[in-house]
Amino acid sequence: MSKAFLSVEGLTQKFPSPETGELTVFENINFKVEKGEFITIIGHSGCGKSTILNVLAGLDEATSGAVIMEGKEVSGPSLDRGVVFQNYSLLPWLSTLSNVTFAVESRHPDWSKEQVKDHAMKYLELVGLSGGVEQRKPSQLSGGMRQRVSIARAFATQPKLLLLDEPFGALDALTRGTIQDELLKIWAGTNQTVFMITHDVDEAIYLSDRILLMSNGPYATVAESVEIEIPRPRSRASIVEDPLYYEIRNHLVHFLTSRSKEIDGKAQSAIDKAHPNVVRLSEKKSERAAAQTDIEKKNLKAS
Amino acid sequence: MTNTQLKPMILSISLLILLLGIWELSIPKQQMATELTEYEMLMGGAQPKAGVPPPSEIFSKAVAELSDPFYDAGPNDKGIGIQIGYSLYRVLSGYGLAALVAIPFGFLIGMSPLMYRALDPYIQVLRPISPLAWMPLALFIIQDSEQSAIFVIFICSIWPMLINTAFGVAGVRKDWINVAKTHELSVWKTAYFVILPAAAPTILTGMRISIGIAWLVIVAAEMLVGGTGIGYYVWNEWNNLDLTSVIFSILVIGVVGMLLDSVFGILQKRVTYQE
Repeated sequence: MSKAFLSVEGLTQKFPSPETGELTVFENINFKVEKGEFITIIGHSGCGKSTILNVLAGLDEATSGAVIMEGKEVSGPSLDRGVVFQNYSLLPWLSTLSNVTFAVESRHPDWSKEQVKDHAMKYLELVGLSGGVEQRKPSQLSGGMRQRVSIARAFATQPKLLLLDEPFGALDALTRGTIQDELLKIWAGTNQTVFMITHDVDEAIYLSDRILLMSNGPYATVAESVEIEIPRPRSRASIVEDPLYYEIRNHLVHFLTSRSKEIDGKAQSAIDKAHPNVVRLSEKKSERAAAQTDIEKKNLKAS
Repeated sequence: MTNTQLKPMILSISLLILLLGIWELSIPKQQMATELTEYEMLMGGAQPKAGVPPPSEIFSKAVAELSDPFYDAGPNDKGIGIQIGYSLYRVLSGYGLAALVAIPFGFLIGMSPLMYRALDPYIQVLRPISPLAWMPLALFIIQDSEQSAIFVIFICSIWPMLINTAFGVAGVRKDWINVAKTHELSVWKTAYFVILPAAAPTILTGMRISIGIAWLVIVAAEMLVGGTGIGYYVWNEWNNLDLTSVIFSILVIGVVGMLLDSVFGILQKRVTYQE
């Protein structure tokens, strides 16, 4: 039945622990990602988001469960799944350009040097790094520029799935905003499938098609999948005026501040583990609006 | 030249002049013997009492030696350049062999925790052995003093390189390894493209320590095996009771050691990266 581009099935991660013998970080994680979707995952620290991303990347192995991409089970890292790490992970002894060309070379070993360089430069220009900057070493770049290089490197290999591990976590708010816009621009141009971890609710709403909400660990799980029905292209200025924006935001914040705690440990049996609940706030809103009008009608009748 | 460079230089030079001055003045002038004893007359004149020579004498010795460093007047009389050349040849061949063994093994140990644990006890036992303790065994097995000296250099320079390479390789940031993995680099490519440059500063540190030790050990080794080399030269001049030459060659050993070290210092700077 699963025709989804990426399907995560029953992922569970356990670590040996000195006190309890075994620590279940997350259990029975299920979700699907369609081609071209921008998915973010939000949850508190320690719920295993990064582990899930590493499993998707093939860098870690889960205790049980499977990740299936295009009908094949993921085992080991591959160029089909590009990763942007939080700390950029640029090779400091290489120039900015070489950091991208080595990735392009490994993707296209048959290309000529010029081809590789042109391709790398194209992506560096997309993130606004050209005109001499490409010859600098990463240590001579600001944090924002380094993350741009890292993003350019990931996009330049044209992976089928792009994994972003809190890519903007270490950046100041202004830089974060600009790079988010750049990311959206490139994403729109390439129709890349993106899976991103973030802590920032606004960032998640601005960027994603869908937000996966994780409950707290141990025994964390993907509790909900919230669809962001705000039309694209979105702009930072106008998105807050969308009637759904605060509806979604309140839902997310409410989840993170209170509900994420309730859905852990034994309580998780209460939720359907096989599928995260799909939440569409437009429906909720209209339901609520309908309920509201019912009440108003009743009130009218009463009076 | 900036002030920060000039000041220490002036201080350094004045210290040198001061120390040499004290040295020069503290050595009593050789007194001309007023009356020769019978023994002295038998020996053909007054032998000045052997003493530490003043710096001026060493300086003129240095000028004489360095103006013709490559003369060769038989097995016991070769120019300082030739002696240094022999020593350098032994050091560099022993050291080169050690690098060929230590760096690949260091990679192996650094990349594999299993190999690390398996080989660590051997390294810990072999490392503290004074290289000269190997000399009799080397002489017996190799039966050639020249090659035994090279072996001693080999065995003394292998450990710092091995340990530093392993340490550097094991300490490569996991993120960089992950970058290599997600780009599907092969093991060889990862080793060459990611681990080698990442560990290069640490490896070079090991190589720098090793060359220093090798240069320390060669002097002692050559005193034992004899024949040629700066170590032999020092011992030979001691036997001749020519302290001027002894002090001169001590200085030469220091200068050559410093040059060797600075070569590795330059290499080290070249491979160091900033994170």
